Amino acid sequence: MEKFTTFTSRLAPLAIDNIDTDQIIPARFLKTISKAGLGDQLFYDWRYDAAGNPKPDFLLNRPEGRQAQVLLAGDNFGCGSSREHAPWALTQYGFRAVISTSFADIFRGNALKNSLLPIVIPAEEHKKLLAAVAANPAATVTVDLAQQKLTLPDGTSVTFPVDSFAKECMLQGVDELGYILKQDVAISAFEKKRPLTINTLSAA
Amino acid sequence: MRGVKRTRRFGVVRTMAKTIIQKVWDRHIVAENPGAPALLYIDLHLVHEVTSPQAFSGLRERGLKVRRPDLTFGTTDHSIPTHDRSLPIVDKVAETQITQFEKNCRDFGIPYYGPHSAKQGIVHIIGPEQGLTQPGMTVVCGDSHTATHGAFGALAFGIGTSQVEHVLASQCLLQTPSKSYEVRVDGKLKDGVGAKDIILNLISRIGIGGGTGCVFEYTGSAIRALSMEERMTICNMSIEGGARAGMIAPDDTTYQYLSGRQYAPKGAEWDRAVAEWRTLPSDEGAKYDKRIDIDASALEPMITFGTNPGMGIPITAAVPDPDSVKDPVERDTLGKALRYMDLPSGKPLLGHPINVVFIGSCTNSRISDLRAAAEILKGRRVNPKVRVMVVPGSQQIKQQAQAEGLDRIFKEAGADWREAGCSMCIAMNGDQLQPGEYSVSTSNRNFEGRQGKGGRTFLASPLTAAASAITGVVTDVRTLLG
Ligand code: SF4
Repeated sequence: MEKFTTFTSRLAPLAIDNIDTDQIIPARFLKTISKAGLGDQLFYDWRYDAAGNPKPDFLLNRPEGRQAQVLLAGDNFGCGSSREHAPWALTQYGFRAVISTSFADIFRGNALKNSLLPIVIPAEEHKKLLAAVAANPAATVTVDLAQQKLTLPDGTSVTFPVDSFAKECMLQGVDELGYILKQDVAISAFEKKRPLTINTLSAA
Repeated sequence: MRGVKRTRRFGVVRTMAKTIIQKVWDRHIVAENPGAPALLYIDLHLVHEVTSPQAFSGLRERGLKVRRPDLTFGTTDHSIPTHDRSLPIVDKVAETQITQFEKNCRDFGIPYYGPHSAKQGIVHIIGPEQGLTQPGMTVVCGDSHTATHGAFGALAFGIGTSQVEHVLASQCLLQTPSKSYEVRVDGKLKDGVGAKDIILNLISRIGIGGGTGCVFEYTGSAIRALSMEERMTICNMSIEGGARAGMIAPDDTTYQYLSGRQYAPKGAEWDRAVAEWRTLPSDEGAKYDKRIDIDASALEPMITFGTNPGMGIPITAAVPDPDSVKDPVERDTLGKALRYMDLPSGKPLLGHPINVVFIGSCTNSRISDLRAAAEILKGRRVNPKVRVMVVPGSQQIKQQAQAEGLDRIFKEAGADWREAGCSMCIAMNGDQLQPGEYSVSTSNRNFEGRQGKGGRTFLASPLTAAASAITGVVTDVRTLLG
């Protein structure tokens, strides 16, 4: 994982509530056994016509969309299936953060593990931000994870919550597994005192 | 008393009443280090072909083993065809995924049910069916409907592929505790109304983000009266209400269901286990962060009209009008859904023509669901314009249904009787709607394109699905009940 650094970027607005992971990456693309190529399939059914050609008016097919590293989405982004293909597709397309008023739990966790920052801001600020982008599509925001601060196009800023452990992992560019594996002594101790109720290897 | 902690504060002895959610959580904490989430031990890890390949690749890259193959179990369900299993898999990408999954399981010593196993089935069907899922456990799977297993009083939730790798490597997960949300359902259900209608009603009331950050505990007399299979239907769709998990405290219904199953404890171990499980139910006076009450006796059969499971209505009610919604984004979201569904607002769905009926998925493909559908289809013919697929949740359910003659009822009615798998719930395996088609489906998600690109889904119970199969239009099953 790369270290997550402060950046300034345009926004790609997708002001729809409850965008589910089936829209972010349709299930038929989940037959892959790798992570490669998912960026092209991001929002596939919204982005391409029946013949598979990019719809010219869909933002992510346009140069302005391509420049945006921040997706500005409606409430409850990432609901539905647990597929981590959703943040893989978003980051491969080029997104580094998603702004919403809330995120589905599993998506939020998956995003953080892939250095994609889910930024929750209050509904009022969210409305203002949508209006600012509507007025000026080239408006930018600055994302500062260390300070947990989002600077809006008008120069004001809002702070956003992030789980402190996930934040440290992202800033340092390390994943959680290394930390978990270091807990081996505690895990073994727990296993010693834990009564076994199943053994899947017995007569499968 | 076990499970009840007493604390002395300001000289007063206070009893800390705990919910089942807290109890299961507390019993699985491996470590709590400052600055990090709790490290939680996982008792059962279920894996399937779609969300695990990249996790196994991760293990190989790091040179890691699976820490506890004896607490891990695999099955093939999502991308597997539901036609005759002796035929080759036509989709080469799906075939590669299944072959790779079997190789991963063999290489890492994980037991699994492959495409030709007599016990193969949907991951959330086979866990309970084989007795792998037990009260008080922590259960995870790279699949959001892992919530199903909460019907046994297990803390069961879906995880992403990174976390699948974490659990394979360490049998642990980093987790922060969720809030508790009591869903209390009292009263007696009317004829033609069932577990699916309870959960669709809940989601229509709280919305699909209503339970975000929470674990549901379903309580009340109506929940107690349900069978284990019906409880699983409810817990299954907890995620559609935004909650990662939904739990029901175990009781004699639970123990009766579990007793004698392959991986359930036996003899003296069984007695010890039951004694332990009896300490799980929430203590009297335990506090929840949120609560909602549902009057089961007031419920009608439910159906969804839109593109998320929260867009549900009683079957006789009218589709809502976007113009009546104040919030602009909400209004647009509803308007977009109705455009996708090509539906007018202000009218009920009753009588709306359909093309497909799908009876299956981890929500409603157990034997009691098939019996309910067969009850309606018996001695009747499905409408010739409608394609009806009945897909059992597991090969064992298939065998059971055949032993009871349900397959004959389905076939004589003109329905297609298939092999076990996820099938048209997720449309990864070739079973899918054509663009513009409408289905009445017993599955759990009606997102755009979920059942096939351009397809339109009405979610409902097996009874409603079977009734609509006969008439060819959305139908209130109560009009067909003798
Ligand atoms: S039946 Fe549907 S919801 Fe259930 S595990 Fe399969 S794809 Fe997921």
